[in-house]
Amino acid sequence: MSTPMHSKPEQILTTASTLRWEIGERLHDATIESLYREASRIAGRAVILKDGKPRFSFDRTLDRLVTSRVFGFPLMFLMLAVVFWITIEGANVPSGLLANFLVDIAHPFLKETGTSLGFPWWLNGFLFDGMYLAMAWVISVMLPPMAIFFPMFTLLEDFGYLPRVAFNLDALFRRAGAHGKQALTMAMGYGCNAAAIISTRVIDSPRERLIAILTNNFALCNGRWPTQILVATIFIGALVPSHLASAASALAVVGVVLIGIFFTFLVSWGLSRTVLSGEVSTFSLELPPYRPPRIWRTLYTSVIDRTLIVLWRAVIWAIPAGAVIWLVSNIHIGGESIAEWTIGSLNPLGILIGLNGVILLAYIIAIPANEIVIPTILMLTVLVTGSAEVGGGAGVMFELDSETATAAVLHAGGWTLLTGINLMLFSLLHNPCSTTLYTIYKETGSARWTWVSALLPLAIAFIVSFFVAQIGRMAGLE
Amino acid sequence: MTTMNPQQCEVCPVNKDAKLIRLGLEAGKFEFVVALAGNPNVGKSTVFNSLTGLRQHTGNWPGKTVVRAEGAFSFDGKRYKLVDLPGTYSLLSTSTDEEVARDFILFGQPDVTVVVVDATRLERNLNLVLQVLEITEKAVVCLNLVDEAKRHGIVVDERALMRDLGVPVIPTAARTDQGIPALLQAIAEVATGAFVCKPKRFPIESGVLRKAISKMTAKVQLAFPSLPNPRWVALRLLEGDQRIVEAIKTGELGDLTRQTALEKSLTGKGTKEMNDEHAHAF
Repeated sequence: MSTPMHSKPEQILTTASTLRWEIGERLHDATIESLYREASRIAGRAVILKDGKPRFSFDRTLDRLVTSRVFGFPLMFLMLAVVFWITIEGANVPSGLLANFLVDIAHPFLKETGTSLGFPWWLNGFLFDGMYLAMAWVISVMLPPMAIFFPMFTLLEDFGYLPRVAFNLDALFRRAGAHGKQALTMAMGYGCNAAAIISTRVIDSPRERLIAILTNNFALCNGRWPTQILVATIFIGALVPSHLASAASALAVVGVVLIGIFFTFLVSWGLSRTVLSGEVSTFSLELPPYRPPRIWRTLYTSVIDRTLIVLWRAVIWAIPAGAVIWLVSNIHIGGESIAEWTIGSLNPLGILIGLNGVILLAYIIAIPANEIVIPTILMLTVLVTGSAEVGGGAGVMFELDSETATAAVLHAGGWTLLTGINLMLFSLLHNPCSTTLYTIYKETGSARWTWVSALLPLAIAFIVSFFVAQIGRMAGLE
Repeated sequence: MTTMNPQQCEVCPVNKDAKLIRLGLEAGKFEFVVALAGNPNVGKSTVFNSLTGLRQHTGNWPGKTVVRAEGAFSFDGKRYKLVDLPGTYSLLSTSTDEEVARDFILFGQPDVTVVVVDATRLERNLNLVLQVLEITEKAVVCLNLVDEAKRHGIVVDERALMRDLGVPVIPTAARTDQGIPALLQAIAEVATGAFVCKPKRFPIESGVLRKAISKMTAKVQLAFPSLPNPRWVALRLLEGDQRIVEAIKTGELGDLTRQTALEKSLTGKGTKEMNDEHAHAF
């Protein structure tokens, strides 16, 4: 006790523990009670209610409807289906116009310019048939659906619908041994998986957070929406009379979303009962008031923050991918191009799981960005089938300004309804893109969990497509 | 003839440009550090955006802000750093979010803590306000969403609230920038000391407890005479809050008071350590 300045903290702590023994457990509750009483007293004095107007009556009625046991889920899926239907119906015409301009008009012009400048054939091909066409394709396929889908999704978010979805799904997540907030991070995943991985920080328990990270892939991200929508339009829409085609395609995409949710639960359940077992944490989720969406602000932010950023990313990846496609199609080893050789060796595996070598090679080329899967598949298909009437030579992405033309190419490549279905499933289930994987690595700080998050979905994708292919073939779908 | 209509001044761009300069993410030296606290989904990010000019994504769902966002603005020639804390219902540190928010208000020693509250759910929001006022004296209550409250037939008497809380209460509708100039003015006045807050601290109604609390408070006060929140520290110690026990043992709490006593250096403000702290909070 020679230095009173330093003994003081010790004294304080001793006093604290003595007093703690005296007062026991009551303090916490008593403090909280006093706090609540005071808050209620102050609020009572400050809040003036205008009589005659029931508070939040609209919110309550709406909440009872959208979170109802009977109507909650059907309404959720109906809303999703309507959003897809509007996207599919609305994206057709602008997609055609864009392809018409970028591919039919601008591409020949660029090639002619190249020729008149004295470019050698390989440079002309590399620049305009490879890099430029990949970019043009991505823009015409992706921009219209994104420009319609994102604003609608953002409006729903702004209105306050997402927490209601989380509320509906909470019980299911808890039964799967996961955190109820996973419903929110899953919803984020429908925008972008990488962003959703960051948003899993809202989950405090490391165990439940890992489950949310590992299963986020099963929420279709915006890079995969166009693939789903296009393939559904070509293969599912074609099964019904044309006036019902859009609706049928929209329902098919909703079906894929549901399968994704099913796998989210299944894998969460499996993980929480094996490697990631533990207690389920409780939390309170506040249903925020419905707010009239600010339409213009929403349009602006969803166009700038989502559509253009996503498109920019796709274009950045499409340009080198276009270059790679052109190179593998034009570099020959032993009389066969690298692309033909790879496709040939991947074909047996592809056929086994109801896909084909082209699709597998496209997925390898498109690891950096899911957005460019479809353009790559189309280009490679033309290369293999040698459809001279549509293609413009090896490694050239060609003009396909209508779904009919796209369908013709795919049918020529030996695609069937089963291929279409399996592609949709594979696209839903396979490994996340490299950006997402990098984000997972940064967030978990573990190479091991990053590998798991890549290989687990990939394995599931192979297994599911394999079984669907076998069953489909037995049912005579091919 | 010129009539002064305060509402017109608010939306007049000339007025804003004269005083508020949104600095976005700009780093550098700041005269003041302002913390932004509040319940989840009360529009903290919207307030943050309209003060800093940043476009943090806002969404109508709770828990959207998961990382501590920082921005800056300059008002009336003074530079402010604005720290957007995660939304919490309390500061009892039962979750990471609550701990991040509480630690920043306590150890980060912001010059002003702005508590954003939802005017349509005042009672529940006041629970947090009262807890913030236990920790810090320098606070401003931003009574947000008054437009929404009005739609629901709720009017909040901000003067009664100000009297009861002892800190400035500014009604705002941040989505339309309504009330932001007044909020800036209040922040500046509290930061510079032009307005001295006298926060009301809620009474604890139990004889035995009260005696223990005042005994403990006296001890804390004796050891750290310039601490602004001796009763809160006493309460935390009596509850056995390990973080606070630790802060006493290591002398961290003592350092805080020493800093206050020396009026702090105008630059670092002890926020650097806070950053390190949060680096492994997640």
